[in-house]
Parts: sequence; structure tokens; C-alpha cells
Amino acid sequence: MSETENRTPLLRVHDLHVYYGAIHAIKGISLEVYKNEIVTLIGANGAGKSTTLNTIAGLLKPRQGTVELEGTVLNGLGASRIVPKGLSLCPEGRRIFQQMTVRENLEMGSYTRPNSEIAASLEEMFQRFPRLKERERQIAGTLSGGEQQMLAMARALMSRPSILMLDEPSMGLAPILVEQIFDIITELHQAGTTILLVEQNAQMALQVADRAYVMETGHITLQGPAEDLLHNEAVQKAYLGS
Amino acid sequence: MIFLDNLINGLSLGSIYAIIALGYTMVYGIAKMLNFAHGDVIMVGAYIAFCGLQYWGLPPVIAILAAMAVCTVLGVTIEGLAYRPLRQAASLAVLITAIGMSYLLQNIALMIWGANPKFFPPTFINSTTFKLGQLNISSATVITILANIVIMVGLTLFTAKTKMGKAMRCVSEDRGAAELMGINVNRTISVTFAIGSALAAIAGVLLCSSYPTLQPTTGSMPGIKAFTAAVFGGIGSIPGAMLGGVLLGVIEIFGKAYISTELGDAIVFAVLIVVLLVKPSGLLGKPVREKV
Repeated sequence: MSETENRTPLLRVHDLHVYYGAIHAIKGISLEVYKNEIVTLIGANGAGKSTTLNTIAGLLKPRQGTVELEGTVLNGLGASRIVPKGLSLCPEGRRIFQQMTVRENLEMGSYTRPNSEIAASLEEMFQRFPRLKERERQIAGTLSGGEQQMLAMARALMSRPSILMLDEPSMGLAPILVEQIFDIITELHQAGTTILLVEQNAQMALQVADRAYVMETGHITLQGPAEDLLHNEAVQKAYLGS
Repeated sequence: MIFLDNLINGLSLGSIYAIIALGYTMVYGIAKMLNFAHGDVIMVGAYIAFCGLQYWGLPPVIAILAAMAVCTVLGVTIEGLAYRPLRQAASLAVLITAIGMSYLLQNIALMIWGANPKFFPPTFINSTTFKLGQLNISSATVITILANIVIMVGLTLFTAKTKMGKAMRCVSEDRGAAELMGINVNRTISVTFAIGSALAAIAGVLLCSSYPTLQPTTGSMPGIKAFTAAVFGGIGSIPGAMLGGVLLGVIEIFGKAYISTELGDAIVFAVLIVVLLVKPSGLLGKPVREKV
């Protein structure tokens, strides 16, 4: 997308610094996500990808820098007040509510929306994820890993976010399920959802994404169209294992 | 007959423990802390009801409502001032703060109402005695047991059906994920304290209706026993608090009646130790799930 430079970004992160106590985890990163894009953040374990998403979502407080969604500054608000502004994070490890039913999990996803709108969104999710419809009354903890991931994504979509952030959606899943999850991501994209995707599976992530950022120990070291990074020698060596 | 008498007394005492234990168990389940000041909130509730009846001439129902209102405000204030700033602190710091809060409340009560025991005036709660064959059952017993059942059913429905109740279950299971749903965790914890403290006021009135001596330390022993009941039944579980409370009351009364009056409390705690050895998460507690 070469025309992106001329538009204002949907999500804009500028010069973000995050600390865990004395440890400087994120060292001044900046990134943008434009409407209808899939942007991926790749990098090794411990590079700070999840920390970045958690900070954008408001679970962590940055020491410096700004997070803006459609021009509104989000940092300092706290996660629960950021959700209704249109940003939703599907967290690493899924973190569905194990002791609640599938349906209750989805309803919690729309916690900040008026009750009258929930039924339509539920219907929408059941159409996109027919497996969840079959398991509607089941306790979420009894679902398989792939189903739990679908539930976590559907739950994050229930708030009708203008941007969906996915943290390691393929983690711990069998290869066939990884493909399914990426198919769903592509479908969501085609339906107009803007996505910021963090992945260790760089190969798959770069294939579905429009643009990508490469993170290394708290810095962004490389960025550009996903297509270019997929064929970049340094990236191939470090993350694609070839 | 004596057996039935003891059983009914045990159920009544156990129902009071159960109502107090609900406060412990809800706060533990949702805020993940042991609020050792809970027993003293009972005492404050009892004193407010006492003042309402004795000095202000309020009708009993209004006196109870006043006690509930004061305790609700007190509980939310304690949480906001003492516990909320320690949300990220080590759990030991929170525990010690709670113990400090317990002594603070006892000493404030000592300043206001003095050390001399007050006699809790009789109300509609303990005014009548029902005769059932040879059994004499005080209305306080009946009302206590009924109140326990109503509160149990009410809380179960509240957590199962209402939006706030569901938010509480989310916070209990995963605070971070709850925040990502847009749930205001601090407000949810405040509401939990409000409910627990209002129940404490009811427990205080019921306690003093059956055992009418009221002093600043009135809440501590029932508080400890109700905490024991919550652990016994499985802390964090609402039906567990009910079961633990009622069993504890029955064991205590039977222990005192048939084994030894002096050792009644020791028997209660011995049973707790045995249960925890066999089932460490309590009777209805869920086993701790290993994180994958």
C-alpha cells in the first residue's frame, strides 16, 4: 500500500518506552496501522512484541511516548476505558474465562456495549465461527486449543473494535489449526477488519500481512511491505529458518 | 429431643457463620485477599443496630437497614483507603494491613462505645418461641436459617445472571482478561466489598439476637470461625461458604454438648485440619489449575 503515507493512521504509536521495574523493555518504538490493513510485528522471544501490545491496550503504562487511536490519545486511560474507544486485544495464551460457557465468554466481550446490540453480534460470531455455535452452552475450559483460540478471537470481536490486536494466535496449535486460524485472519481482513498481529510464526504472518515491523530487544530494526520482508535475506536468516 | 435441640442450635449458629463466611469468600474470590477486618465490620453493624434500637428509637427494620448502610460505606471506604493502594503489593503486605484495620476498628469502637458489654435489646427477631412437640424453637433460630437460605439463593442468582455478577466472576478468574473486556476492576472489587459488608451487618444483628452481649471484640471470634468455615467449604466458592458455615456450627454445638464444653472450639479447628489434610482446597473448592 504505497498510498498509506498520505492518510492519517488509525493507530499511531510514537516513541514508546516501557519499563518492568528497572528493565527497559521497549526502547522508543514507533509504528502505524492504517484502516483495513493487516500489520504484523515479528521478532524473537523476548523482543518485546507482547509488551508492545499490552501497552497499547492499556494493561501496562508506558513511561514515555504516546498511543493514539483515530487521533485520541489512549495512554493513561487503563485497559477498561480503552476498549469502548474501539481497540480490542486478543491476549497471548487466549485467556478465555475457563469456567464460563462459550456464550457467556462472548457476552463478556460486549460488556461495554448496550444490551440491545449484543444479540446481533452474537449471531454474527456464530456465523463466522460455526464451531462456537455448536458449543454455545459448553464450559469454555473443555474446548480444544483451536476452539479456545477461535473463542478468544470472537470474544475480542464482540466489542466491535475498529482495530483488533492478536497476540500469538497460532501459539501451541497443531499445523492444520494454525492454517485455519490464519484463514480466519484473512477472512476478517477481507471483511474490513483492521488487524495488528504479533506472531512468532513469521512465515505465516508475513504471508497474510500488508506491512510488517521487525522487533529486536525493544527496538524496531526493520519495517516495510510484508512481501519485501518475506524475501529479505536478513529476515529469512533470522526468522524464517532458511 | 436434646439431639434435635442441639442440631437446630447448630444450624442456627452455622447459618450466622455461613453469612459471615460469604463475605470472606467473595472478597477472597474476587480481590484475592483475606480481609481480616471483616469480623469487625460485623461488630460495627451490631453496634449501629444497637444504637438505632436503644438510643435513637428506630423500628427494628430501619435499625437493621441503617446498620447495613453504615457497614456498606465502611467496607467500601476500607477497601478504597487501605487495600486499593496495595493492589500491586505483595499479598503479605495486604494481609498485615487487614489485621491492622481489624485492630483499628476494634479500638475505634472502644473509644465510641467503651469496654463495658452492651445488652442487645430484643426485637421481633427473637421475640417469640415456637413449640414443636417438646421442642422449643426461638424465632431467632428460624429467621437466621431462613435469612441464610435467602442470601445464598440471592447471591447465587446475582453472580449467575446479572451483568455485575458476571463481571465479578471474570475478575475472579482473570483480572487482566476482565480488563480487556472493558470491566472496571476497581469498581467490581468495591461492589464486592459493599455486598460483603452489608451481609456482615445482617450477620451482626442475627448474632446479637441469639447471643445478646455486645462489646468491641464481639466480631473477632465469629470472624475467625467464619473464615475457617470459608476455608473448610473451599474459599472462593459461594456454596462452599454455606456448607462450611453450617457444618462448622453443627460440629461446634455437638462438640460442646457431647464431648467437652471447653474443647468445643478446639474440636472445630481439629476437624478443619483433618479436612484440609485430605482435601487441601476445601470441601467444594476447585483444585488449583496448573498454568500451561
